[in-house]
Amino acid sequence: MLLVYIARRILWAIPLLFAVSLIAFALITAPPGDYLTTFAATLAQSGDVVDEARLDALRERYGFDQPFIIQYFRWIGGVLQGDFGISFEWQQPVSQLIWERMALSVTLALATLMFTWAMALPIGIYSAVRKYSIGDYFFTTIGFIGLATPNFLFALVLMYVAVVHFGSDVSGLFSEQYQDAPWSLAKMGDLAAHIWIPVIILGTSATASLVRIMRANLLDELHRPYVTTARAKGLSEWRLILKYPVRIAINPFISTIGWAFPQLISGAVITAFVLSLPTSGPLMLQALLAQDMYLAGAFILLLCCLSIVGMLVSDILLAVIDPRIRFR
Amino acid sequence: MKQTAMKPDAETTVLELKNLTTEFITKKGAFRAVDDVSLELHAGKTLCVVGESGSGKSVMSRSILQIVDPPGQVTGGEALLHRHRTARTGGFEETIDLLQLDPKSKAIRNLRGRDIAMIFQEPMSSLSPVHRIGDQVGEAIRLHEAVSKKEARERTLELLRKVEIPDPGKAIDQFPFEFSGGMRQRAMIAMALSCNPTVLIADEPTTALDVTIQAEILDLIRSIQDESDMAVMFITHDMGVVAEIADEIAVMRFGKVVETGDVYEIFENPQHHYTQRLLNSVRELDHPSERRLAMRETRPVGAPILVSDKVSKVFGASKKWWGKENRGLTAVNEAKLELRKGENLGIVGESGSGKTTLGRCLQRVHEVTDGRILYTNDTGQERDLASLTEDQLAQPWRDIRTVFQDPFSSLNPRMTIGQIIAEPLIVEGKLTGPQIRDRVHELLELVGLPVTAYMRYPHAFSGGQRQRVSIARAIAPNPRIIIADEATSALDVSLRTQILDLLLDLQERLDLSFILISHDIAVIRYFCDRIAVMYRGQIVETGDTETVCQNPQHAYTQSLLSAVPVADPRVRGQKQRVRYSESSQRT
Repeated sequence: MLLVYIARRILWAIPLLFAVSLIAFALITAPPGDYLTTFAATLAQSGDVVDEARLDALRERYGFDQPFIIQYFRWIGGVLQGDFGISFEWQQPVSQLIWERMALSVTLALATLMFTWAMALPIGIYSAVRKYSIGDYFFTTIGFIGLATPNFLFALVLMYVAVVHFGSDVSGLFSEQYQDAPWSLAKMGDLAAHIWIPVIILGTSATASLVRIMRANLLDELHRPYVTTARAKGLSEWRLILKYPVRIAINPFISTIGWAFPQLISGAVITAFVLSLPTSGPLMLQALLAQDMYLAGAFILLLCCLSIVGMLVSDILLAVIDPRIRFR
Repeated sequence: MKQTAMKPDAETTVLELKNLTTEFITKKGAFRAVDDVSLELHAGKTLCVVGESGSGKSVMSRSILQIVDPPGQVTGGEALLHRHRTARTGGFEETIDLLQLDPKSKAIRNLRGRDIAMIFQEPMSSLSPVHRIGDQVGEAIRLHEAVSKKEARERTLELLRKVEIPDPGKAIDQFPFEFSGGMRQRAMIAMALSCNPTVLIADEPTTALDVTIQAEILDLIRSIQDESDMAVMFITHDMGVVAEIADEIAVMRFGKVVETGDVYEIFENPQHHYTQRLLNSVRELDHPSERRLAMRETRPVGAPILVSDKVSKVFGASKKWWGKENRGLTAVNEAKLELRKGENLGIVGESGSGKTTLGRCLQRVHEVTDGRILYTNDTGQERDLASLTEDQLAQPWRDIRTVFQDPFSSLNPRMTIGQIIAEPLIVEGKLTGPQIRDRVHELLELVGLPVTAYMRYPHAFSGGQRQRVSIARAIAPNPRIIIADEATSALDVSLRTQILDLLLDLQERLDLSFILISHDIAVIRYFCDRIAVMYRGQIVETGDTETVCQNPQHAYTQSLLSAVPVADPRVRGQKQRVRYSESSQRT
């Protein structure tokens, strides 16, 4: 039953991915002009003479004069073979540019997700079970502050505190000596030492909202008859709470993977700028501004894929956890 | 009654409640839900705790194990469990006062589920939807006894077999939502029995079930009790069930026990006026209303005014785009029925039989898949409602009105009673503002509510009063037919007759015809001239109520009637129950 469900979900993901790639491509080609017009404008601004003939030659080479659908199929055909095209601005294959940044982005997103869950789950359960206790009020207050503070502001404050009071450099994900060093255990350790600041910054508001969700859900479940049944069976209070109501209240938690994942990657742009993180956000913004279509396209496509994969993972996890979903 | 040789003295007390008091402590002060209750439970005997909603019987039962939800708190009394009398400890003597134990202590947790087990009303919500039946049943065994997983599974299988769940090997790995209500309640019972408890507390275990299933569950509890000699505290509001299974009775009202005694004593010679009233209202219900019979003498039933001609209703039928056809669910299958002018027609059936859907089809709230609904209006003109559009239905909808089951959710909590009753009049648009107000006042008086109710909100009223509001709303635009869908099911027994009498009263004054949809034969017998029995979307039998009740023709009707508990302990066990299996009838 479960396998059938998973297979069906994966099959459904294929047409979805196709549609998403089409929309992504349409979006990046949607603004008037193309990379060359932007390029020409930049040249003209700096006083250089723009050679129309050369532009036309370039246009032909890149296929900008082709109809949309042909451009799309050329692009997607390349993508399927692992070739994302050439970044005009960087004059490098897109795949070379993005993989490391994507990998760091995903690492950061996963670390943030883990942090969010690790914080939100116990706090949410505590707040529900000890409703209106001092601890509940404390976490509620912290939670609302976390929700209300913009990430970049929080980043600035944290950076200030770290630099002024602890004298440590907190920007970036690596220390200087590891910046361009090849991957090694030491570099991993360095990453771990740096990553916690962006994780806290990015994770706070998500944690705060998840705490509220968990608390509200669990409050609904705590007075359900099956809890009384478990209590009448002789289970200890904490064991029964963790085994029954929490198990059911946890569904929205799992669902968060689906939306939290892309949100963490795209929503982190400003924070990434402030903290000068070598993640995908800043590069994507730059590519979009410059109409560097293959680079931007690759980012958007990957983001969409991550959303779809995130949804898929959360759906499958939900089906594993909740039999009612699997049987429907 | 089976009496084992091991028990020379018939009364072996296993649980004693002394002056048990439970309060709900809120900021407004303490409310006593259980007030000074003293009871005794005897091995092998069933004590029925009877009372209407709000009498504190559930809270009382939960207080014993100290599992009352906050802000409820046991504030006084004793609950003595005599463990020396259980087989488990042999000759060992031990008396524990459960109320002295900390509600979170290991000591009381060890007793919960092992010495005293509970089963609850809602078999769906009382089991966790995401855990397998086997896990939930076996958990209690693993909790209280040092057994391996494999052993626990073996015993769980054994238990499922004992409570007669078909194919236990498969059922053990299924989830509660794959079970029917009756099967779930069997699983609950298996769970409660897992450690051979001395005391079983059953809190309205059959209330949410159909009568035929109820009869099976009661049989099961009784047979298990005969085997194991456990004491049962059975909480119910249904006197029929009490008469069926009780050895002793405790009647509760406003948190107090007003009367206790032997089952025959209480049924034949009730001392307290409340017990008398309770019994009277039950007994009244089981016979045709005198009032109705008298009314029919002076006002004979007329010609048919609402006829269902082979009405069918299919839900969810669709043709998918890849050509797979979804046949849908046939809720009503070629129903043939007629309501005559000035008569009361009852539609009886179990949950899922399609009686509510038929009612809605007759009013043309639902689209009809097939068939005709012939309505004769006051000018004698006959029309087929099935084909009318919503605009054309405006007048028929004023002529045919509904009273719903749940008086709590069928009234908008944000509207005053006046607004609620006036709404259909405003929609009709014939009367001016002051006229509407006068009419609402008149309607309030008709249904026996004070005129002061006009400005108040539904929450200020009890269930019975709200149902009166519902009725006032239904009769506001001078209808000719009222469809009452389980209109009395959510009410306590003593209120049911009052509401039914009110409806009869209105029938006399306003010249109404009624369709009463109910699962409760007693209510139909009291109120209805004719009866239609529905089973799986089909009307299997129609006829004069008394004729059908006394001499049912269809096998399903026979099974339904034989399952209804009779509120007389003397006839217990005399009635032969007929089981109706659909497979033998399927074509």
